[in-house]
Amino acid sequence: MNFQAIQGEGWLLTKAEQLINWGRSRSPWPFPYGTACCGIELMCALASGYDMARFGAERVAFTPRQCDVLIEAGTITKKMVPVLKRIYAQMAEPKWVIAVGACACTGGVFRTYSTQQGIGSVIPVDIYIPGCPPRPEGILYALLKLIDKIEADHPLYKQRQKVVEALEAGK
Amino acid sequence: MSLKERIKECLEEDLLELTEFRGDLCVEVPKNRVLEVMSKLKKEAGFDFLSDVFGVDNLDLYAAKAKKAKKKTGEEEEEEPKKKEPPPPRFEVMYLLLSLSTNERLQVKVRVPEDDMDVPSVTGIWRSATWPEREAFDMFGFRFKGHPNLRRLLMWDEFEDHPLRKDYPLEGKGEERHLNYDTV
Ligand code: SF4
Repeated sequence: MNFQAIQGEGWLLTKAEQLINWGRSRSPWPFPYGTACCGIELMCALASGYDMARFGAERVAFTPRQCDVLIEAGTITKKMVPVLKRIYAQMAEPKWVIAVGACACTGGVFRTYSTQQGIGSVIPVDIYIPGCPPRPEGILYALLKLIDKIEADHPLYKQRQKVVEALEAGK
Repeated sequence: MSLKERIKECLEEDLLELTEFRGDLCVEVPKNRVLEVMSKLKKEAGFDFLSDVFGVDNLDLYAAKAKKAKKKTGEEEEEEPKKKEPPPPRFEVMYLLLSLSTNERLQVKVRVPEDDMDVPSVTGIWRSATWPEREAFDMFGFRFKGHPNLRRLLMWDEFEDHPLRKDYPLEGKGEERHLNYDTV
């Protein structure tokens, strides 16, 4: 959070957007969607050795309704696609998606009838991590990139536009 | 008595062919006798465990053979065209049996023609056949008669083709799965 000014005792001024971004970027709770071998790397990144919780991904929730970041690690078969879409739809806004590994990005080595050629064609993806599998450092790096992205966001942009339009209409 | 002899004695006239490759025995039996043969093998030869059931599609094998034969006859044009043998059935169902007491293994092969995909189900003899038979049905389209629940195992229910057949394209035909949760 960028402090705009500190005036005297007990005062702290900032922008509402920055306050919101501060909260969101410090607590990107992941939903671990490990479907294949990349899921093992994700588990490793979440466990104590690499400890993704250091960056705020503290609480791994196994219900999509309490999560912010869908971490899709592994192959998505065409049979699984409706389930993935459903889970994405169940997540509350704001939500982000990280595609871990070649399979989730493009289908990877499985250019076959049964594999979805990249989850980008069925749900919006924010960060793609290449690799087969990517190392846990790669997953941490993606999380840091996502945090950067969240901090550059303007969560109140739409509301601000509405206010501006209303003011202009009132003139 | 060696396993070979015991199998020969056990199956008698049901044995169409017995091959051995690097110590693996493979017997071919007629399709309509599968149930009798299997129960005989289980009760008399002691094969009490069914490891797997799967299919084989010989489409390309036979096409290549036919091509080779054509080339050969092309060279000797004067010769009278040979009497055509009916092509061997396209599919095979393989059963892998294991005897837990003697640790012997046996492959049982059943040839299945393309126009008659019905195969007797061995679920009544080994309960473990249910899922492998469902998989073989899913991938090749064998209709296992007498199977208690012959649904697709790997692909989704609305999928129409049998993807391990050799004439199915590797990258599929663009099938997609749609699930309408609200009506389920
Ligand atoms: S990208 Fe490689 S490691 Fe990851 S799920 Fe696919 S095959 Fe497995």
